Amino acid sequence: MASFAARKAKNTIMLSLCVLAALIGLAWLFVILMDLLIEGIGGLSFAVFTEMTPPPGEAGGLLNPIMGSLLMTFIAVMVGTPIGVLAGTYMAEYGRHDKLTHVIRFINDILLSAPSIIVGLFIYELMVRTMGHFSGIAGAIALAIIVLPVVVRTTEDMLLLVPDSLREAGTAIGAPRWVVIRSVAYKAASAGMITGVLLAVARISGETAPLLFTALNNQFWSLNLNAPMASLPVTIFQFALSPYEDWQSLAWAGALITTLAVLTLSIVARLLTARKEDR
Amino acid sequence: MTVQSLVPPTAARDENASRLANQPKIELKDVSFFYGKSKALKDISLTLPERAVTAFIGPSGCGKSTLLRMFNRIYEMYPNQRAEGQILLDGENILDRSQDLNLLRARVGMVFQKPTPFPMSIYENIAFGIRLYEKLSRSELDGRVEQALRRAALWEEVKDKLSSSGLGLSGGQQQRLCIARTVAVQPEVILLDEPASALDPISTAKIEELIDELKSDYTIAIVTHNMQQAARVSDLTAFMYLGELIEFDHTEKVFTSPSNPKTHEYITGRFG
Ligand SMILES: Nc1ncnc2c1ncn2[C@@H]1O[C@H](COP(=O)(O)OP(=O)(O)OP(=O)(O)O)[C@@H](O)[C@H]1O
Ligand SMILES: [Mg+2]
Repeated sequence: MASFAARKAKNTIMLSLCVLAALIGLAWLFVILMDLLIEGIGGLSFAVFTEMTPPPGEAGGLLNPIMGSLLMTFIAVMVGTPIGVLAGTYMAEYGRHDKLTHVIRFINDILLSAPSIIVGLFIYELMVRTMGHFSGIAGAIALAIIVLPVVVRTTEDMLLLVPDSLREAGTAIGAPRWVVIRSVAYKAASAGMITGVLLAVARISGETAPLLFTALNNQFWSLNLNAPMASLPVTIFQFALSPYEDWQSLAWAGALITTLAVLTLSIVARLLTARKEDR
Repeated sequence: MTVQSLVPPTAARDENASRLANQPKIELKDVSFFYGKSKALKDISLTLPERAVTAFIGPSGCGKSTLLRMFNRIYEMYPNQRAEGQILLDGENILDRSQDLNLLRARVGMVFQKPTPFPMSIYENIAFGIRLYEKLSRSELDGRVEQALRRAALWEEVKDKLSSSGLGLSGGQQQRLCIARTVAVQPEVILLDEPASALDPISTAKIEELIDELKSDYTIAIVTHNMQQAARVSDLTAFMYLGELIEFDHTEKVFTSPSNPKTHEYITGRFG
């Protein structure tokens, strides 16, 4: 058996390696965020939120991609969440021991880790080709397909964490099953379920690939879901790769806005779960 | 401790004796219970009289909870649990397939060993069950909530914080909230599965007082591991062992001169 000193030395070495690894990881994150902050703040101005994307060489803002992103994200959540919650509810409440539940869970896990470009191509085939043109609604549906498995997963997980004793208590006062689910199980799981939706929103805020194949982009103000629609990720992608300096600077501003939005969502999600654990 | 010390005073005994003449409320006829293939209860027959307290005692795992969970068919929540035989509630077989389960549970309330407040306000915890079956105005509902909380001896402690979460109460308060919630839907029978086992002596005493008060209106079945508690609160006592009903008689009789030697061994603490 190693001596105490040797064990202590080993412990110190391991600890240092772990700390070093953590620091390397954090350092990159820090550099990226700092870079983004410095470059992004330079491009940020009031006009970013009030003006449309400009042609190269002119002044402008990001209003149309911001609105497009908000609109498509909103629709994606509105479509993906109810389906996801109902599916998760089936898996955790009604069909907990069913074969079907295992099959859904397996497929859902595949969907969860599927590259988003595949989702974009799928919707391209399904909607863009049949409609004959790119459209905001195709983009929203592609995002909804990315939201779906996240919501299914968190809904199921959170409902499974609700103890059966609570369901028994609800049942014991004469509440029908669906009332127990709606008023007791959902209430107990609500923080986790909302967190799941927020994380899904955070995930789709940065998705570029599925939008490139579906909503494409639109240089002008348009809320028409039947026409191509601008979005932040696609605009950032286009502007950042362009040779024009003012476009590049708008791309930085867009990236900063997206990052801050995602950061806010993650923090809200964290706070929700933390408050839950306190109780 | 001698067996004698467990017997309630004479005055209480006389009053209790009269309850035993009450109408039968629940009658079990050759009831068996299965968890999958394993038989947890074997051909049990007994009768709980109306507006009396029946205590179920016996060593851990003998089937007390299983028996209680048949009275409101809560076991139906789990697919491979099953009861056989007949359980008559006011003469009607509740094991019948045509029995409306939600209605049955509104008539037969249950309080569990661990307090299970719903994740909502104290007020909502009570109002939730009432709203299921009655359409009341806000003021009527307020009245019913207050009445239920008063019955459970909780009103004074919570009247100023009705809108705060039920999860913020102490264990004893949570358990009384659960009793209030059960009483609020005005059932006919109340099932209590070791309602005081997780509580301190003061909360326990409060709950025992409560049971004593409730028995003038309700038929009560209580599971307990505490012999003194059984002797104090019940009119009838059933002793169970390994899924069988060994002895069922007046509490006084069971605790002073049990007819089965197993019962005697158990209540004098020689096993269990
Ligand atoms: N969900 C279940 N699945 C399978 N067997 C069970 C289940 N619940 C209880 N049993 C079995 O049924 C028998 C009776 O259990 P029960 O919980 O009714 O005992 P109890 O008298 O209430 O015990 P305790 O005093 O410990 O609460 C035990 O042998 C137990 O192992
Ligand atoms: Mg038990």
